[in-house]
Amino acid sequence: MDQVQFPILSFIVFSPLVGAALCLLCKKGETARMTALLTSIVNLAFCLLIPLKFDPLSAAFQFQEKKEWIASLGISYHLGIDGISYLLVLLTSIITLVCVLSSWNYIQKKLKEYYMFMLLLEVGMLGVFLSMDLFLFYIFWEAMLIPMYFLIGIWGGERRVYAAVKFFIYTMVGSVLMLVAILALFFIHKEVAGFASFDIMDVMKIVLPAKVQIWMFAAFALAFAIKVPMFPFHTWLPDAHVEAPTAGSVILAGVLLKMGTYGFLRFTMPLFPYAARYFSPLICTLAVIGIIYGALVAMVQVDVKKLVAYSSVSHLGFVMLGLFALNMQGIEGGMIQMINHGFSTGALFLIVGMLYERRHTRLISEFGGLAKVMPVLFTFFLITTLSSIGLPGLNGFVGEFLILVGSWQNNIYLTMLAATGVILAAIYMLWMFQRMMFGEVKNPKNKNLKDLSLREIIVLLPMMLFIFWIGIYSQPFMRPMDATVENFIKNFNVKYKATVELPEGSTGLILDESDLELSEE
Amino acid sequence: MVNELQEAAQNTITQWAWLIPLFPLAGVLINGFFGKKLSKTTVGLLACFTVLCSFLLSIACVAQLAGMPVDARRVIVDVFPWIAAGTTKIMFGIMLDPLSSVMILVVSGVGFIIHVYSLGYIENDPGYKRFFTYLNLFTFSMLVLVLANSLALLFVGWELVGLCSYLLIGFWYHKDSAADAGKKAFIVNRVGDFGFLLGMLAIFWIFGSLNFKDIFHTLEINAAVTPWFMGAGTMPVKTALSAATPILGLPLVTIITLALFLGATGKSAQIPLYVWLPDAMEGPTPVSALIHAATMVTAGVYMVARLSMLFALSSTTMMVVAIVGAATAIFAATIGLVQNDIKRVLAYSTVSQLGYMFLACGVGAFSVGVFHLMTHAFFKALLFLCYGAVIHSCEHAFHDAGSHADPQDMRNMGGLWKYMKITWFTFLIGSMAIAGVPGLSGFFSKDEILWKAFNAPFSLTIGGFPLGSILWAVGALAAVMTAFYMFRLIFMTFHGKERLPQNAHPHESPPAMTIALIVLAFAATVGGYVGVPHVIKDMGINVGNESFYKWLEPVFEPAQTIIAEGGALEAIDFSNGGEEVGVQNTLAAGITGLNFAKHGQEGIITPEAGNVAVAHRESENEAAATHSEKQSAHENVALEKKLMNISIVLALLGIFVAFIMYNRNPQIHHDIREGLGVIHTVLLNKYYVDEIYYYTIVLPGRVFSEFFLWKFFDVCIIDGIVNGVALLVRGVSAVVRRIQTGVVMNYALVIVIGILAILAYYIF
Repeated sequence: MDQVQFPILSFIVFSPLVGAALCLLCKKGETARMTALLTSIVNLAFCLLIPLKFDPLSAAFQFQEKKEWIASLGISYHLGIDGISYLLVLLTSIITLVCVLSSWNYIQKKLKEYYMFMLLLEVGMLGVFLSMDLFLFYIFWEAMLIPMYFLIGIWGGERRVYAAVKFFIYTMVGSVLMLVAILALFFIHKEVAGFASFDIMDVMKIVLPAKVQIWMFAAFALAFAIKVPMFPFHTWLPDAHVEAPTAGSVILAGVLLKMGTYGFLRFTMPLFPYAARYFSPLICTLAVIGIIYGALVAMVQVDVKKLVAYSSVSHLGFVMLGLFALNMQGIEGGMIQMINHGFSTGALFLIVGMLYERRHTRLISEFGGLAKVMPVLFTFFLITTLSSIGLPGLNGFVGEFLILVGSWQNNIYLTMLAATGVILAAIYMLWMFQRMMFGEVKNPKNKNLKDLSLREIIVLLPMMLFIFWIGIYSQPFMRPMDATVENFIKNFNVKYKATVELPEGSTGLILDESDLELSEE
Repeated sequence: MVNELQEAAQNTITQWAWLIPLFPLAGVLINGFFGKKLSKTTVGLLACFTVLCSFLLSIACVAQLAGMPVDARRVIVDVFPWIAAGTTKIMFGIMLDPLSSVMILVVSGVGFIIHVYSLGYIENDPGYKRFFTYLNLFTFSMLVLVLANSLALLFVGWELVGLCSYLLIGFWYHKDSAADAGKKAFIVNRVGDFGFLLGMLAIFWIFGSLNFKDIFHTLEINAAVTPWFMGAGTMPVKTALSAATPILGLPLVTIITLALFLGATGKSAQIPLYVWLPDAMEGPTPVSALIHAATMVTAGVYMVARLSMLFALSSTTMMVVAIVGAATAIFAATIGLVQNDIKRVLAYSTVSQLGYMFLACGVGAFSVGVFHLMTHAFFKALLFLCYGAVIHSCEHAFHDAGSHADPQDMRNMGGLWKYMKITWFTFLIGSMAIAGVPGLSGFFSKDEILWKAFNAPFSLTIGGFPLGSILWAVGALAAVMTAFYMFRLIFMTFHGKERLPQNAHPHESPPAMTIALIVLAFAATVGGYVGVPHVIKDMGINVGNESFYKWLEPVFEPAQTIIAEGGALEAIDFSNGGEEVGVQNTLAAGITGLNFAKHGQEGIITPEAGNVAVAHRESENEAAATHSEKQSAHENVALEKKLMNISIVLALLGIFVAFIMYNRNPQIHHDIREGLGVIHTVLLNKYYVDEIYYYTIVLPGRVFSEFFLWKFFDVCIIDGIVNGVALLVRGVSAVVRRIQTGVVMNYALVIVIGILAILAYYIF
């Protein structure tokens, strides 16, 4: 355990909270906006310290901070970062900064509150990724819901209230079950281990009987599956996306959906390895259905935001397929695909938002021939579209390819079906692209659209940077994962074996640290 | 990394071959980012210059390669890692061997000529700079494709050329037809890519690598591998490849190669995925010449040739490749007979010629396929560029004359030879080359393909005829049609009555264009002499010394050996043995034992048994092969001469018929057309394949997705349940709400009752 002098992770999580408080103190909305911008820049600066010091060869949590909080219940304030959360933290910080910039002119009412919620949301997201205590995790998890609810409910489109409530309730249903499971896990752990703890370093050591694992897995998985969203729990997503303001959609797609996949990877799979393997065929099947279903439904959308929303269902299906392949290639592919989706789909929503600001419509049929009117937007849009399709040389391919490689070893037939997603993605994306960008400019309202401003270009540039960078040279992104994922798989197998060998009627078993360490050799 | 390699290789030129694709990429970056600030001429010349650099470096590299000993002619340079996860490590790197050296010369050479030609062709287009940026991007991608050191990087190039094709077909994106065609090309290709991807995954999990070097080496020594199926058993690679699959019980290698071949049918426009290529003619003509005739569409042939060792292991796949090739050759030729749009005729002609290349590969004559690829690149690029000149000229002439006649429709032309003599003459050379007139490049390559097809190593017979002779007949028939439709083009556009709109005066093209035509015409004439067939040498004419085939020999030798020895794999059923033996590691050995038993020897159950079995079978076949070969060698030469004479006669016949129908007595073709009636309509409408695809796949897919999946399943069922639950909760809470009366006394009462109840529980 390497305790660092400077509590960098706390700074990362709570600097936006300070910013949010400052936003409320501002008299003018414009000042709040500037405060939010500066806060997110500072936050990114803190985050960029991590790559400098992060040891990619270590599988352990790094930069750990631990303070007792409610000692009697074994709850502590415990933060840490490892190969699984590393990229997601950076992604969150970058996406937030981009979102603040992209909202610059779009948000006209209640600026103070808007930016406050945005920063609060960032606190929640970073907290979720960095928590090493189940209780702390759950608090951040729930806390994150509220600012998102308001972002959709106040600054959203026409049906914003319906969408916000749907979003809230859908997620709550899952969260409540997860809370029950967390508490159950706590009590079982207390009984087996003889002391109370919510700390995942302690809880991870428990091996539960197969039946218990299956029930608990189901409770956790439902919460996370709704968040991902996996087919058939996805219907909140199109509504939320369509009604959310641009930045809301970007954060939703870029980061919030990853909460689900992250949850699977951080908690559900390592805690309940037996159940993970037991449910793997079901989850992979749902993932593949999601890939194809999402793509087919995306194809026939008339609203471009809905199209992108359904495409997310398809892309996240790939991520789940990779994670539940339960091997190196699949998991690393799934992880890199989470990041890829953040950048590609984030950029798509940004572009759609830029068009919406100009035309106040999201209907594909309202556009057409924009390539001629807005050549700069055309170029960005093209790159993003191709990234989303999975063109080799851009980021999407790296993830998809590794996922398919991993999944192939798990189940060939599902992989073959999943690979049809490659064809379908080209169909729905290119068809949309053609209808919006090519042809003559038929709608007179599109004749004099202004091309992107410098601010808008600056907003999109970081996304493009990562689209190319990950696509051409993925090493810096993949390397920090290697040790963690390798260790993850080893521990997974050790615990799986221990579950199978558990005597009948046992309530559980606590593995020695040495059991898990042994597996690291 | 580069420095290390440099030291190791003593600073040789081939170590710098990875720069070949990077020149055009530099052009893309410079013109893409700073194009706005540069002048038009600078952009165009820079684009040409970068390709010229690639071409010169290619020549230098190939020259050095030629100086090496035959066995050592394979240079591999790993540049930097691309993807790495677990055991999956994929490098960006290049492999220069005789096959890729032919390709880089063709791509950069023809590419350079077409770049120069475009300077003139695209001069007045507002998208001038965009055009050259895309064209450079294409050259980069294509060079990556052919120089790739692994299947994964080949796939990168494969997809990137697809992207360039998409962008360039839709270059005039304001036209809906162009945008449609671009999208169609990309999507149809994606269907092929699906197969490619699956083939690649299977290869990875058998060979543990996607590097060509590793794949070839593993195959050559039949090394032990650990394939993904049946747990972690280790077995010789050929045993693994012969595992029976559930798909018709075919061996694994057949499924893999068929999947890869699906990819090839996409990129190289073969049945059933050829439909995008004719539409691709919406792009500017230089694009059609470069991408959709000379280079990109041959990528499928290149891929099959590159993996010849793998394809040769499956006689089923080889047969499929040959049959698809021959079928496409004749199918597309029949459509080409009646089209009136010049570029469409040429497009179908390309589809047809690509069919010949696959026919060659399918019968195991990979080097002949590549030879035809090269000669076709010369004469087809030439033909397209000539017609580009015609269209370009007519467009201006028609426009100036105030006519809206279609400048691509031959019915609006005739007698053009007077106005553009260079174009006419070079086109004539190109047409003779493709028609198979003796002495020109196309003759040598096509004739050799037909001969190889006739001798195809297939045991299948249809109606008493061996498959090979049927393939030959189909190919020969398609050759007549080729000669016919090409000369139909010539007579309809360059000769006969002028049907131009009034006051239209076409004229010869600018020098940038005509020079390109002359260079290509030269190549189309002499390009064939590097591969003059053996039989002609027997006739006392000794030119070129078969240098092309000798050059490629080291690349295709392993595949040739496999075919000659009948070493194609048969399916072995793994599933039963697995349960009996139980232990996975001995499983493979058990199965090879089974395989061995078929050959009459039993008892040896070792992992090497597979090797022995294969070797045993090979030696058996070898003996049989050499015996029959000697016997028939003499008859063969006579037969080959006879067949060659037939194909010459057929080519001349095609030309003669075209002459009669379209020049001598034009009335005849009207009569024939009416006589053919329905057949003519079907051909003119391209067998209605587009329509069939639309009504069987596109439309049902769209309707199903929109009405069933989205509006019914998503909105009604799933959301219906969600909203239903919400309503239910609301209903229940409306009832339950009444309990919350808000009167404190009531709550107190409930609390008291509750406490009493709990106390009661504990007391009793």
